[in-house]
Amino acid sequence: MQFDIRLRIAYDYDTPAAVHRTLLRLQPRICPGQNLVFSNVTATPAASSRAERIDFFGNKLSELVHERRLERVEFTFEGRVQRDAKGGRLDLSCPLAGMAAEVGAVQSIANWSPHHFLGKSPRIALEPDIAAFARELVTADMSVLAAVKTVSQAVHQHFSFDPSATDVSTTTLDAFHAKRGVCQDLSHVMISALRSLGIPAGYVSGFLRTDPPPGQPRLEGADAMHAWVRAWCGAETGWIEIDPTNDTLAANDHISVAIGRDYSDVAPVKGALKSEGGHQTAHQVDVIPV
Amino acid sequence: MKALLNHYAPPSGVADELFEDGALRPVWSPLVRHLATQSSDQLAARFARGDQYLHDAGVYYRQFTGPESAERDWPLSHVPVIISGDEWQGVADGIIQRAELLEQVAADLYGAGTMVRDGLLPAELVARNPEWLRPLVGVQPRSGHFLHFLAFEIGRSPDGGWFVLGDRTQAPSGAGFAIENRMATSRVFSELFANSNVERLGGFFNRFRSALNGLRQESEGRVGILTPGQHTDTYFEHAYIARHLGFDLLEGGDLKVENGTLTVRTIHGREPVGVLWRRLDSRFADPLELDETSALGTPGMVSALQSGAVAMVNCLGSGVLESRALMAFLPRICEQLTGAQLKLPNIATWWCGQEKERAFVLDNLDRMMIGPAMSSQLPFELGATTALGGKFRDTAQRPVAEWLAAEGGKLVGQEAVSLSTTPAMIDGKLVPRPMVVRVFAARTEKGWTVMPGGYARIGKTTDPTALAMQKGGTVADVWIVTDQPGKQAALTDHQAKKPFMRRLPSQLPARAADNLFWLGRYVERAEASMRLLRAYNRRLATHGPDALPLVEYFAEHLTQFGLSPDRAVPDGILDMLGASVACASEIRDQFSTDGWNALNDLRRASADISTRAQLGDDAMHAMSVLLRKTAGFSGLVHENMFRFSGWRFLTMGRALERADQIAATLIRFTAPDAPTGSLDVALEIGESTLAHRRRYSVESSRNTVVDLLALDDDNPRSILFQAHKLHDEERRLANAVQRVAMSDVERLMLKLQTDLAISSPQEMTGERLAGVRGELAGISDAITAYYLG
Repeated sequence: MQFDIRLRIAYDYDTPAAVHRTLLRLQPRICPGQNLVFSNVTATPAASSRAERIDFFGNKLSELVHERRLERVEFTFEGRVQRDAKGGRLDLSCPLAGMAAEVGAVQSIANWSPHHFLGKSPRIALEPDIAAFARELVTADMSVLAAVKTVSQAVHQHFSFDPSATDVSTTTLDAFHAKRGVCQDLSHVMISALRSLGIPAGYVSGFLRTDPPPGQPRLEGADAMHAWVRAWCGAETGWIEIDPTNDTLAANDHISVAIGRDYSDVAPVKGALKSEGGHQTAHQVDVIPV
Repeated sequence: MKALLNHYAPPSGVADELFEDGALRPVWSPLVRHLATQSSDQLAARFARGDQYLHDAGVYYRQFTGPESAERDWPLSHVPVIISGDEWQGVADGIIQRAELLEQVAADLYGAGTMVRDGLLPAELVARNPEWLRPLVGVQPRSGHFLHFLAFEIGRSPDGGWFVLGDRTQAPSGAGFAIENRMATSRVFSELFANSNVERLGGFFNRFRSALNGLRQESEGRVGILTPGQHTDTYFEHAYIARHLGFDLLEGGDLKVENGTLTVRTIHGREPVGVLWRRLDSRFADPLELDETSALGTPGMVSALQSGAVAMVNCLGSGVLESRALMAFLPRICEQLTGAQLKLPNIATWWCGQEKERAFVLDNLDRMMIGPAMSSQLPFELGATTALGGKFRDTAQRPVAEWLAAEGGKLVGQEAVSLSTTPAMIDGKLVPRPMVVRVFAARTEKGWTVMPGGYARIGKTTDPTALAMQKGGTVADVWIVTDQPGKQAALTDHQAKKPFMRRLPSQLPARAADNLFWLGRYVERAEASMRLLRAYNRRLATHGPDALPLVEYFAEHLTQFGLSPDRAVPDGILDMLGASVACASEIRDQFSTDGWNALNDLRRASADISTRAQLGDDAMHAMSVLLRKTAGFSGLVHENMFRFSGWRFLTMGRALERADQIAATLIRFTAPDAPTGSLDVALEIGESTLAHRRRYSVESSRNTVVDLLALDDDNPRSILFQAHKLHDEERRLANAVQRVAMSDVERLMLKLQTDLAISSPQEMTGERLAGVRGELAGISDAITAYYLG
């Protein structure tokens, strides 16, 4: 099916800010099951220069430079996505106990390699508390896919969805202990948990369908850009995507934008701001089936 | 000779530099003979000569004790390490082979990744290495190479051969210190050095400087050295090399990436930088694409490398090659890639992420160092998470076998190090001490070249884990002695054949200019304060504190300027001198060592005097001493500093501050209600008592004093004189770039100058003088906005 997507992120600065260079990761990926029909990223005021690149993990990246100081800047994405997620399939993933050997057999540092998604990353430390939480949930003979689903469910139950509890700078451990947070916190906690079990896990930013199909509830996190988790379930199964905030496998209602080790690899707007005062942010998303 | 070597007993089981198989190595005999002829007094005098050189040159290192750090004397071990030219050739060949191999590894890790694919290197070791920077994958360095300047820590093993203990590929330091060690040691042993065939170091730096200049593209004027700034322990060396080679010393904040070029903010706008010699660790270089918490970086630096806007020495990401674990795989990589063995072996290393290797390490715990696999530390630098001989220093750790089983992938075993010993002179006797040598290699147009010498580190005791300076270790020069006289390559040698061309100095980076401007202001402000305090204490000494209304009036003035009248040397003075030193230390590359030493001397003297001087006569004399020292600093700077634009900023800062200080003095001491004696105070502070007597045969009146100190263009202590000077210097700056339209800066200066020139003393009321101070503040802001912002 197809979706029309509109995203608007605006910053208002109390005093004119030297925004200078901004990296945007707003355009959906092109990957199996997902295609981009058309796509447009804009900035207002327009950038003095601009370049488009693909980053290490294959995400589309726009690099913008604003020479003048700005009181306000607004970034938008508009596009149409064709989404045909694969349906359910048999669980062919290996048992958890065999995971180290599965990972070890992969001799690659290309961007799909599971090796990037173990160990710590800029925003995810390996936290003993989270590791202990994860260990309680699984057994060695469990399949990796089953383990991933179990952890997702447990993280979902552990947390109350609460946008006021955390912000982008909240650490994974603090969110875990507070048991409140948003999709970013749940995803980071789940990634930390999976990695502690030896399951390669990464972060996905993306969009959720904003108006649910008739008779179904609206998904949590649809009002802004959303985040979920991808996990590598062995060579046979490969990568799967799962959303702990809604405790569901990502399917047609999930449109992925960028993948990485954690939020720092996929931040939709990354800038080196120089400003004396504060700023206000507005963030708005619409994802409508065509 | 016997007496000298009486106590020299190298420990068994290790090699020694002085003796081989019980016999003195021939290459050492001239030095040993020379030492034997010296009395202990002579030797002490020689060593003192070397230390004095280092002190005068301002060489220091930073001692870190917790969060604090302090500058300490440079710990030179005066006896050099001597290595024969023939033996050295073998080392150099091995180093070049290793440098070429590392380049291939870097290109593969940031390119095709075939080494991992073919099983030569475990994926985990790359993917989990924090110095493997994903945003750099796929980058094609503009220079064609990732590596241009490398260092290697080498040691001599018990079998007598040399081996590599660590690769320094990130931003190796020590080459500048090696020159300073050479300068000092060649002064200690001046005659011996002159008559020995010691290979000179200059040629190496010549070749590398040419290579760096050769990396520039046609339109680019600049090679910069990128430093993290003055709070790094190797900042001295960054400034030293910048001065020595004539490159700009730049910080991340000076640079900007725009329209596909990397530029530096200079006093005349932004200028392109084509080549950066990076002394900043990669991950701090770009807060947008690398460590987002870095305050030292330049947003867009990664992008600049990708687009070929800059050639970087070494390319970002080169630190990945420093990890210990890589050494477990390099021997095989070398064989696979080149079909040859490593000419210079590296320390035997086993990565414990592999079952067989882990078992081997476990079976040989007694002769192993076990530590973090990704660390770049040398095997004898033991930390909290290092085990030696199966034991942790920190006994709270769990058993080593358990540790290996649980965290094998994060660990390596390395053979416990046996370093050779070399002579150090301790308490008048030669004693054997363990050592490592840092060797430097630079890429030139003709391939790698190895510095014939190095930077030796020598242990405080016979324990090789005490080599680090932070643990009391010392450093020494390394002499490569050949049968042929060493070629005297001074820095300018190879240029001699080229036709002479006078080069225009490149534009001054704005940050450097800003620091020079404020250095000028702070030193002048300190000087003015000293004059105030001297005049004040003179009156205290003559009349006592309560005798005159003038003394009280004066005390109020001091208080307004942050100078406590109750202290002989108020904290305000120390603060101003502290601020001066802070400015100067940001721009060590811009002015001479003499100037730097004079300024530090001034600060030390003030701090010293402040602890004991008393108010009155004592303080008056103290201020005279400090004023003479201030004049010493100013003299050194003004007599010796080349009239680059940097000097003009220093001078403008001084002129502006002086004009402002005079205006403030006049406002206070020529006010209509000022107590008797105030006019004389103004003249004394303005150093114009004599001039006044000559010029006016009358008693001082407000008009004569104001005329002399505000409006007389022959008096260097008048406001008008300083206004002329400000305008002159600014015009020269502007002329350097043929500025056409008048700038705001010049407009303001010209207005002040003209208004003063046509004023009469009667018109220079307190209100008017306050207006002048306001205009001066406006000029300072305008200079900042126009040149320094």
